[in-house]
Amino acid sequence: MTFAGCRDCNRTEHLRRAVAEAGRGLPGIEPGMPMPAGTGLTRRDFVSRAAGLALGIYGGSLLPAGAFEAGIAAAAGAPPRNVLVVVYLSGGIDGLSVLFPAGDPMYYQLRPNIALAQTAGSSFTQDGRLRWHPAAGGLATLHAEGKVSVIPAIGYADNDESHFTSRHYWEVGATDATLRTGWLGRYLDHAGTPDNPLQGLSLDVALQPALATVTMPVATLQAADQYTFAPPGLPPHPLEASMLQEAANIGAAHAASTDTGLSTAGSIALESHHLYSELSSFTYGFNSPVPYPSSSDPFPHRLAGLAAMIGAGLPLEVATITSPGHFDTHAGQAQALAGGLQLTSDALLAFQRDLEARGIANRVLVYVWSEFGRRAAENASGGTDHGSAGIGFLIGTRASGQMIGAFPGVTGGLNSLGNVAPTADFRAVYSAILEQWLGTDANAILPGVAAFDRPKLLT
Amino acid sequence: MSSVPEYSGPFGKEQAERLLWRAGFGAKSGEAEALAKLGFKHAVHALTRPAPYQLVGPAPTADGGRPLSPTAVLGDDHLSWLDRMVRTTAPLIERMTLIWHSWFATSNQGVASQQLMLNQVDMFRGNALGSFADLLTNVTTDPAMLIWLNGNQNVKSHPNENYAREMMELFSLGADRGAYTETDVREQARALTGWTGGVNRGIIGSFTFNPNLHDNGTKTIFGRSGNYAWQDSVDLCLAHPLHASFFVTKLWSYFVPAPPDRATAGALQSLYTTTGFKIHPVVEAILQHPDFYSSPRMVKSPVVLNAGLLRTIGRPIDTAVWAALGASAGQQLFYPPDVGGWDYTRWLDTATWRARWFIVALAAATNPPGVSPAAPAQLVEAAVSFWGQPALSDQTEALLLSFAESQLKRKASPVDVETALRRLVASSPDLQTA
Repeated sequence: MTFAGCRDCNRTEHLRRAVAEAGRGLPGIEPGMPMPAGTGLTRRDFVSRAAGLALGIYGGSLLPAGAFEAGIAAAAGAPPRNVLVVVYLSGGIDGLSVLFPAGDPMYYQLRPNIALAQTAGSSFTQDGRLRWHPAAGGLATLHAEGKVSVIPAIGYADNDESHFTSRHYWEVGATDATLRTGWLGRYLDHAGTPDNPLQGLSLDVALQPALATVTMPVATLQAADQYTFAPPGLPPHPLEASMLQEAANIGAAHAASTDTGLSTAGSIALESHHLYSELSSFTYGFNSPVPYPSSSDPFPHRLAGLAAMIGAGLPLEVATITSPGHFDTHAGQAQALAGGLQLTSDALLAFQRDLEARGIANRVLVYVWSEFGRRAAENASGGTDHGSAGIGFLIGTRASGQMIGAFPGVTGGLNSLGNVAPTADFRAVYSAILEQWLGTDANAILPGVAAFDRPKLLT
Repeated sequence: MSSVPEYSGPFGKEQAERLLWRAGFGAKSGEAEALAKLGFKHAVHALTRPAPYQLVGPAPTADGGRPLSPTAVLGDDHLSWLDRMVRTTAPLIERMTLIWHSWFATSNQGVASQQLMLNQVDMFRGNALGSFADLLTNVTTDPAMLIWLNGNQNVKSHPNENYAREMMELFSLGADRGAYTETDVREQARALTGWTGGVNRGIIGSFTFNPNLHDNGTKTIFGRSGNYAWQDSVDLCLAHPLHASFFVTKLWSYFVPAPPDRATAGALQSLYTTTGFKIHPVVEAILQHPDFYSSPRMVKSPVVLNAGLLRTIGRPIDTAVWAALGASAGQQLFYPPDVGGWDYTRWLDTATWRARWFIVALAAATNPPGVSPAAPAQLVEAAVSFWGQPALSDQTEALLLSFAESQLKRKASPVDVETALRRLVASSPDLQTA
């Protein structure tokens, strides 16, 4: 697939990969590029027996691992708090496809080849011009139940069309290329605790920049079953299982040694193998009360694990996760968009049903975002280029279910560049989330938001 | 003045191995035997009185032969120092440098300049066995330290106590010993005022003393008054009656797991003060002390293990993975956890053990055996030879042999058994400790 007109796609992809490979902190940035949030945080691996999870912990470096163990246990015993789940749709999803303006003739003029049919998908009750994409049935279902607030044109004035820069702005919560902490990270620095890394959990191989803190610890978690012993970069050893067992046997032979050095090293080898055995049969250590979509993408499984962790009383407060699919649809958009949107939408529906079945739905609010929307007019490759305002959602039983900002229309709603103009500012929505859901004065977290009117988010 | 007790027991391969691992980075094949042949004193002196420092062997690279950029690339700083540990002809110099890095623990997390961090460690290396007075003096105005503990923000109008406190608590006197009061901290901070400099957008500025920012008033420190300046701060700490005991006890702890007895501590203190704060005689005395050889084994630090395994098998730095594994194993060079340095008594937990397994496995993947012997005892012998024939406990040896036997019985390929045995040897408590 070609990415016509996307000068920095490769760079963004490269950085995404660099993060994944390094697995410890965010990548170094070329001179002149905006600094991503969180650069400089170092990562430590930690297996929490209290939580049964293999965590990568960022920050909180003054504390020994035992303090996290105690902190997680203490926080788990405190009264349950509201949980915010932030879902990132990577690449700038086309809002004009997710909720498409079937009732606006200009849409069909601008997109002669890729517009969705006037009767495709399902109707959107709050604006007769719009219809849900056929792949967004999960969201449509939840919307019909009053559990989805649609933000049809969210963004910021004079937006930057670089993936990297625009995403950076959203991650740090300000149009400031020099900020190095995330908006959620600053919230945790303000309201978090120094010994509970689960308070900010990135369900990913590396920390999401939005969670980058200065003082408080946060964590990444790929899977509870990541405590494996296959060395990175080596082919699997044919005798791996028996070799690991033998390393434990050798440890056991020294665990009771009168030499304290030998007994320490022996005991740890033995303990590590015990833990390995426990976690390898663990597969998240939960049963989901509802089915999730089956996929090779980890998103549904991670959401299922997230519901189970919240349900089990683990002290999570803000969690970030990246949706499946890459929505930078410069070419072949019809096909490229549908797969990721279907899986995202279906998995979010399953997640909501899971929370409801567990009786914890009132404690969880999901916020879905992308770095921008896409150009209203299609390009020559059957795709769309980077635009301005995009689509966002708040999902949950406590969400108001009302639109936040109106859909401006493609007739009369485009700016001079042919992009959808924003009717809601992301910083206003962040402010409202911080104040109405997390109970913190947003002015202490986000620079320059005093002037923004806060939309009403909750019922 | 009573002298420091000296070891008088047997000095064979086992003792020589301990010396090479605790005061260096392990033993190549035959190295421990050769050292043992020198006899005890000469063996210790081979480490404590090395010929001029040299690096031997191929220059380090990251993966694909990329030359290292220690000042610019994250992780290359770690690799470049690991390379020195692997290639040096004077391993004790590098061990002492590592000790000073943890003693005056400065982290690039706060300094944000790999260049300044490397400069600081070069300074430690230059004084590694020299004078502690020089070290404390130099580190007090070292740019990385000035940034790390806010010495560059400590000015007459707004004294910053950060460095003043740590220079006494962690560097020279120790906490909770009655050595100093909170007033001493504040007065020391005043004496230390006036240093400026910083790093701005990656550009290293000049670090200079500005007399206009220095507090010229009278300070009272440890009960004495004067118009003290930063050199006086250093001298007052060194002359403090509780400094020598702090110094020898702390230095001892890097080499021997249990504290020295009272007589030993006293004798080491006398040695230290009568030689004018010289490090070399104290280290030499510790390496010759009976406790060094009779004490329980110590867990090797992650970089000591990593460098030692590579040194043993003669493998140069050829991959960046060691930097990431150092971090996972709990010791990323230039990033100590805090100003207190690494806790040398707590290297092991279930997560760091996993990282050590990876270090072992990746080091063991060098020179894979083409053909392996088909007899269990020979397979064990080949795997132990790979790591330079370290002495192993009977229990470990027996379990290695039974593993080889049972695997061959199950028709495992001898090559697979040998590579598995390599990992089992190096991950055994025998090689994780010294």
